[in-house]
Amino acid sequence: MTVTVLLFASYAESLGTSSLSLELPEGARVEDALRTIRARSVSALPPKPLIAVNQVYARVSDALRAGDELAIIPPVAGG
Amino acid sequence: MTVRASLVTEPIDTREVLREVESPGHGAAILFVGFVRDVNDGKPVHGIDYTAYEAMAEREMTAIATESAERYSGSFVVIVHRIGELSVGDASVAIATSHAHRDMAYSASRYAIEQVKARVPIWKREHYSDGTREWVDPTGKADRVGSA
Repeated sequence: MTVTVLLFASYAESLGTSSLSLELPEGARVEDALRTIRARSVSALPPKPLIAVNQVYARVSDALRAGDELAIIPPVAGG
Repeated sequence: MTVRASLVTEPIDTREVLREVESPGHGAAILFVGFVRDVNDGKPVHGIDYTAYEAMAEREMTAIATESAERYSGSFVVIVHRIGELSVGDASVAIATSHAHRDMAYSASRYAIEQVKARVPIWKREHYSDGTREWVDPTGKADRVGSA
């Protein structure tokens, strides 16, 4: 199945892109997606980044489904 | 009942944001405005660019406005955050709240700004006098995020 990964701010800079398309096995969880991204990139993401799936904060143990939008969220700094 | 939130790219008309929560039954209204400062951590700042995960940011801001209204007894709550290139002195965020009485209006305002800072996916990059730009990490952990 394919999921779309969105990267922002410092994470987009360090990975050199703001979005990726990831191919994952059925039943994959957020942590599997993170492992795949880390394996592809020389720049490591932090050990426990904030995650959102389909625009809602999620946990690394949450299951993913085909077509999901997985966002890796740097420390927020609004206001 | 006025409860809403939005991201904008144009300058925020703070008086207009305040006007949105005015109501004949509301004796108290609070306007909170956040401005771009000229210094941060002792370093002179020339400007800031704000970026957002726009769809989620608007969704979270709307959720915060709704929560604030529910927690504080039907307060009216309007949250407007600006993104893009801002200069020192520009308003980056405006939050207007109102209620029959001031206690609820103040509490609704405080809740809204603290939640905006804690959970809305917006990022800012400061511009310094030497031409460099740096992403701001309020957690103070550089590129590392804890289990927030």
